[in-house]
Amino acid sequence: MSATTAGMPVAPRVRPTGKRNYARRYWLFAMPAAMVVVAVILFPWLFTLVMSVNDWKVSGNVYFVGLGNYQHLFRDPRFLWAVARTLYFTTAAVIAPMLIGVWAAVCFASNFKFRGVARTIFIMPMMATPVAIALVWTMMFHPQLGVLNYLLSLAGLPPLSWVYNSTTVIPTLVMVETWQWTPLVMLIVLGGIASLPIDPYEAAVIDGANGWQMFRYITVPLVWPFIVVAAAMRIIDALKAFDTIFVITNGGPGTSSETINMLLYQTAFGYYDLGYASAMVVVFFVLILLVTGVLLRMRRWEHGI
Amino acid sequence: MTAAAAVRGDHATKPAVTLAVAQLRAVNPYRYRRYLNRAGLYASVIILISPAILFFFWMLSLSLKNEADNTAYPPVFIPHPPTLANFIDVFAKNDFLTYGINSVIVSFSATGLALLLGVPAGYGIAKTNATKAAVLILIARVTPGLSFLIPLFLMFQWLHMLGTLTPLVITHLVITVPIVVWIMIGYFEGLPVDLEEAALVDGCNIWQAFRYVAVPLARPGIMVGMILSFIFSWNNFIFGVVLAGRTTRTLPVAVYNVLTFEQISWGPLAAAALVVTAPVLLLTLLMQKEIVAGLTAGGVKGG
Repeated sequence: MSATTAGMPVAPRVRPTGKRNYARRYWLFAMPAAMVVVAVILFPWLFTLVMSVNDWKVSGNVYFVGLGNYQHLFRDPRFLWAVARTLYFTTAAVIAPMLIGVWAAVCFASNFKFRGVARTIFIMPMMATPVAIALVWTMMFHPQLGVLNYLLSLAGLPPLSWVYNSTTVIPTLVMVETWQWTPLVMLIVLGGIASLPIDPYEAAVIDGANGWQMFRYITVPLVWPFIVVAAAMRIIDALKAFDTIFVITNGGPGTSSETINMLLYQTAFGYYDLGYASAMVVVFFVLILLVTGVLLRMRRWEHGI
Repeated sequence: MTAAAAVRGDHATKPAVTLAVAQLRAVNPYRYRRYLNRAGLYASVIILISPAILFFFWMLSLSLKNEADNTAYPPVFIPHPPTLANFIDVFAKNDFLTYGINSVIVSFSATGLALLLGVPAGYGIAKTNATKAAVLILIARVTPGLSFLIPLFLMFQWLHMLGTLTPLVITHLVITVPIVVWIMIGYFEGLPVDLEEAALVDGCNIWQAFRYVAVPLARPGIMVGMILSFIFSWNNFIFGVVLAGRTTRTLPVAVYNVLTFEQISWGPLAAAALVVTAPVLLLTLLMQKEIVAGLTAGGVKGG
């Protein structure tokens, strides 16, 4: 392996070939980025852990309280309700975009006129600035003057109170989230469908399968890994949803749409209770990792590994 | 991606079927695609894209109508005549030009720095097959933006940087660096190694092989990373709302403030929303191929 043989007077210089000799030097390429990652990603994590075991207000002294913040957190009904609401919101804001997204992917996988234009229009909601679209939705939800209630009245339906009612606020926010993020599901699943082999479909046609059977027994199993990736992304993003909820309801009415992220913002930058907020961040992060971990397991399990 | 390739392998070797398929191919090569019949397909597509069309149409309509039409019931759909007064209002009353310049500075700096850091990093990680580094980037993708903000907010307060644009540029790196690194890993892994090896044999050092061989080859990938990190930095709201001062607001924060202080006038509000999101929508229209390629590569999304 090594060129340091004792008997040789001068070891002949071996020309570096292949990756092995360079492996260490290639690390130098990643060094600057690694330093930035440490500064803006790793340092905040560690610092959050430190803050979470202290009573840490923005102005005032810092006291070490051990696990006090965590104990308080698990007895805080406002936090527990926020967790429940987050799970409710996430479940709905994953299922709806997944169903519509897979449907859209199947449609956009076919060839038709204006496919490019239609696809561009379809992905516009996810590219547009979230704050801007949240503002326009807010105007559309207006109970008296909003265009949505007018459209309902055209269809002969009674007006809804949308985000101004504690029972309809979360479904309404799920609707906005679905409108905004279904395109991402569509794109990921579409990537999967595009890589599918032609043969099984042809075999199925010979065997007289209909469209639904081909979708159910060929497309879905083959594209499953992509569907799982899309679901994982969707779950993470739904748990983290901030911009639209913050702008449209800011957790209201009352606290009926206060998800973990809303409460976190309020605790950290409304009440400036940074220690307590940090404990919340840690629990929130563990929750996200748990959910993601379960999903990645599901992916492996589907492959029988 | 690899999973799909493995699956493809499974189905490639079935002689009985392939024979029948050969006959079928001669008759109608794309028959398998017809499992959705045409009418159903067009109906589906129209149902799928109409929410987006209606939304953006309504946004445009609100921004081009005068206040009387905007609060009329039943609503006025087509502005008659259209007016640009709302847009003039936005720039005259709210100092939107300053906020626009702030947004441009922050997004361009964060994207530029991310390319400087992320392109070499993606190369290094791709060359050493360092999957652990890639996992770290995935975790950054998973972490909620707010959780970076609490410690960074304190740090910037201690450093007396809160009134400047620097904290915004630095925090936006949290979004842009992972996007660029993630896309570049994928891109560099897909490049053929022959050319670089030839350059090394000819006496280039690895930096030169990177700079003069790999980077020019990876230009399309760099383009994708640049567009996506720009868009997600431009759209970011959460970092700005915490870290920006009165004069350092970015456009999304400025628009949010219009909402809180002038809730009643819809026209200027819609106009402001349109001004903020117009550059991004334009970029989407012009660069849709690159954007789709980048997003499909791994569901990148910032914040």
